[in-house]
Amino acid sequence: MDTIVRIDVGAQGGPKVRKEPVGSYAGYGGRALTSMMVAREVPPLCHPLGPENKLVIAPGLLSGTAAGQSGRLSVGCKSPLTGGIKEANAGGQAAQVMARLGYAAIVLEGAAPEGSCFLIYVNKDGIGVENAPQYKGLENYDLIEEIKKRYGEKVACISIGPAGEQRLAAASIACTDMEMHPTRHAGRGGVGAVMGAKGVKIIVMDDAGMPMRQPKDAEKFKAANKAWVEGLKKHPVTGSGLPAYGTNVLTNIINESGGFPTYNFKQGQFDGASKISGESYAAMMVKRGGQPTHGCHRGCVIQCSGIYNDADGKFLSKQPEYETVWAHGANCGIDDMDAIAMLDRLDDDIGLDTIEMGATVAVAMEAGVLKFGDAKGAIELIKEIGKGTPLGRIIGSGAAVTAKAFGLERAPVVKGQAMPAYDPRAIMGIGVTYATSPMGADHTAGYAIATNILKVGGYVDPLKPEGQIELSRNLQIATAAIDATGMCLFIAFAVLDQPETFQAMLDLLNAFYGLSMTNDDVVALGKAVLKAERDFNAAAGFTKEADRLPEYFKREAIAPHNVTFGIKDEDLDKVFNW
Amino acid sequence: MQIAVKLFATLRDGRFESAPIELPIGALVSDAIEAAGVPPKDAAVVFVNGRHAEPGRPLSPGDAVAIFPPVGGG
Ligand code: SF4
Repeated sequence: MDTIVRIDVGAQGGPKVRKEPVGSYAGYGGRALTSMMVAREVPPLCHPLGPENKLVIAPGLLSGTAAGQSGRLSVGCKSPLTGGIKEANAGGQAAQVMARLGYAAIVLEGAAPEGSCFLIYVNKDGIGVENAPQYKGLENYDLIEEIKKRYGEKVACISIGPAGEQRLAAASIACTDMEMHPTRHAGRGGVGAVMGAKGVKIIVMDDAGMPMRQPKDAEKFKAANKAWVEGLKKHPVTGSGLPAYGTNVLTNIINESGGFPTYNFKQGQFDGASKISGESYAAMMVKRGGQPTHGCHRGCVIQCSGIYNDADGKFLSKQPEYETVWAHGANCGIDDMDAIAMLDRLDDDIGLDTIEMGATVAVAMEAGVLKFGDAKGAIELIKEIGKGTPLGRIIGSGAAVTAKAFGLERAPVVKGQAMPAYDPRAIMGIGVTYATSPMGADHTAGYAIATNILKVGGYVDPLKPEGQIELSRNLQIATAAIDATGMCLFIAFAVLDQPETFQAMLDLLNAFYGLSMTNDDVVALGKAVLKAERDFNAAAGFTKEADRLPEYFKREAIAPHNVTFGIKDEDLDKVFNW
Repeated sequence: MQIAVKLFATLRDGRFESAPIELPIGALVSDAIEAAGVPPKDAAVVFVNGRHAEPGRPLSPGDAVAIFPPVGGG
């Protein structure tokens, strides 16, 4: 994994592929690599859809090795949704395959000629780019069917649907899973629009003939991996809660806490929560012959994913994630499992971020475009995006644009990006992360829910401001470092509670690369990544006023706890004072 | 006094989803956990009326107690 590939999509005479050694990017992977490269190479003031922006796709430092859980992919660019730096993270097979093929990153650069629809094919012999107009306009599932006919079922694909081709700000990038379903998305921030602007429809990767990446110290690595896997299996969250119920095990507990945003963040509890909970989905999957426990990529130990069948027992979608169930469910007043799974399928197919879409449909509901609870209407609205109608284009541009188009104040966004599934008034630690993360409102950037609600890594009362700044700061630093490794973030549950499992992760890195990194080095890496990201945003025009929640979160109390967001602005400005 | 107990995820296996439970006046959260038949170490997160509660917290008539095993996601 010592090569970076750059593809200039606008080169004279057609796209030009250039390989170079990782050079000064050595030691970076995943988000560390994408953010460092965007920060160094993309002019902060450029237009996200213009030729100066770059789309950087990078596996993590441990991807493609035997290390369990190491197959997450990072996608970075300047975001069309936030106007700041972006890293969106996805599971699926892509990271493992790209890493085995030896690439630390694939970088799409330049200005695509009008009407381009490129297919990039990568295998052990090299990289080819062709114009493939036959795939233009295809939705992700149909596209992958065509790819299967041509390349078989053992490849890994990275693709965009019609939303990305329309360069809409909520467009995602899809990665195929082990069953060749395009279900694992780099969702946030409109990364799909940047891929669309580069004229690239799909990257197909085949690692046949490429061995697993080999560690410098094989014995140490093997021992570390054993301790690592044991640690993940032993912790009750990663060892049993997540495999049995998936991420949606959270619906009931977040609802119980009063921080489950309902009806476009009007109240903190939803009457229909138990109907759409992880417990209900798991029972339905068993009944219909789906699969409640499933990994999104080879080598996933936790296996939080699942397969959801329709009433006839036919594959409908992956088991919808908690964020999706909340966004398209409670936040829109919808309590119908099949409708939510259908919305998940449509988002994956058209290539859309499910969080942004649920938030946007709820804004449209508040605007009176359709009624809260109207599942059929929500499905039709998402389909509009696939058709490219004017209304579809507004919805596909996200919650902030839609609120503006309909003259509404209540857009639950930070830096233009919709908040995920936790109300920042009733769970203040996550509010600090939403406000201050360089990514815009993003729960994964510093998952304070662990400590505010789940009592993992200690406990900080979610309803009080005390302790939230430090909590979010420490989590944001740790997360920026974990995102460099290619490890799925859910390892954090085990790592926060079990020092020996954290050590096993360090040992994996050290044994693989022949290093002797300590905890301090991990913290330093996390800080360096955050600093580069914040510097980019500052140069792109972000001031401290961008690190705020919308005013109404300070004005309108949320039931049942009747709280407003209680963290002072000057305290938010201290998050990155370390 | 009567309180309402709700169990979630794996705690439902072989038990119940929600049930009214009779407890003596002055009973604590830990008594509710025991009355529900949940081993104390499995009750990782407990809410009383939507607020986190420790095992030693006294209960009042009509309280809603929600008991969760260790869970996570995101
Ligand atoms: S735990 Fe879930 S999200 Fe993480 S790698 Fe496994 S299946 Fe994918």
